[in-house]
Formats: sequence, structure tokens, C-alpha cells
Amino acid sequence: MEAIMDIIGGLLMVGGACFLLFGGLGLIRMPDIYNRIQAGSKTTTLGTLLTLAGAACLQPAWGWKLLLIGIFLIFTNPVSAQVLASTAHRRGAHQSPLTEVDRLAEDREGKA
Amino acid sequence: MVEILIMLAAGITGAAFLLALGRFVLGPSRFDRVVAFDVLTVIAITFIVLAALLENRGIYLDAALVYALLSFLGVIAIARYLEGRF
Repeated sequence: MEAIMDIIGGLLMVGGACFLLFGGLGLIRMPDIYNRIQAGSKTTTLGTLLTLAGAACLQPAWGWKLLLIGIFLIFTNPVSAQVLASTAHRRGAHQSPLTEVDRLAEDREGKA
Repeated sequence: MVEILIMLAAGITGAAFLLALGRFVLGPSRFDRVVAFDVLTVIAITFIVLAALLENRGIYLDAALVYALLSFLGVIAIARYLEGRF
């Protein structure tokens, strides 16, 4: 039983590391800042959560502490990504020429 | 067997760290560097958990928790600074 849990935990950790790798790849490949935020924050949240789940499978005694770190990441990662995106938009960061819809700019024009 | 899987995960995570570091160095604008910094800190949390598993020391997880808190506060503070609020 313990051996099965060890294998499951190790595979979960390798999967989470693969998600982190895709996040780094998206960070390099994406054309502008908003796409990079999207690639960076989503994949790293899932990758780190999978790694924490794998660690909990390997060491069940650490479960509560790992759960605490996971909940903290779930709450803080989207907040920092959203604050960064809104700051970048307000300071007029470079947008990819492929951008077609910019609802935030339309909203601000409507209010002004 | 498990050691090999953990080392494999650490290697893939190291590749991700290098890619994010490349964006941190290249980054044309300040915002790109802040995003790369955010990703680097989250990857570092994963590294700390892997190190805790390899060394079999649960106390490292406290360091990971404090690091997550500090990276969140750092990114928020830098974003507010770039916005020109203070």
C-alpha cells in the first residue's frame, strides 16, 4: 500500500513539474505582458498544487502544513496576477498587435 | 524509485526556473520583470518542498510558507509602486 502511494506521489510531483515547465515556456513565448501574466499565474498555481499533493502522498504526516501552503497559494496567486494586470493596463503597457477586444479601455472611455 | 522521481521533478522544475530567469533578464518592460519574479518565487516554493522531501525535514515547510507570504507582499508592493500611488 505504501509503495503504491509513493509511486502516485512521485508521478503527481513529476506532472506538477511539467506544468511549471509549460509556465516558463509560456513566459518566454507569449507576445505581450497580459498573455505572460495568464501563462505564468495559471500554470504555476496548478503545478505547485500538484507538487504539494504529491508531497502529501509521500509524507502523510505533513498533510496539514502542505494544505495550508496550498490554500494560501490559491488565495494569493490570482490576486497578485490581477493587481499586476490592472497596473500594467493603467500605465499603458505594450499590447500585442493581435489584440482585438479591450473591455477595460472601453469601460474607462464610457465613464470619462 | 521515489528518489528518482523526486530528482526528475527537481530537474524539470530547474528547467522551468531557467526559462523564467531568461524572461527576467530579457524582459523589455518593468512589468515583464515583475511577472517573471512572481513565477520565480512560486517555483522556488516548489524547490523548497522538494528539498524538504529529499532531506526528510518537515521544518523546511515553514520556510516555504513564509516565503509564499513574502513573495505575495513583494509583488503587491512593487505593483503599487509602479502605479505611482506612493
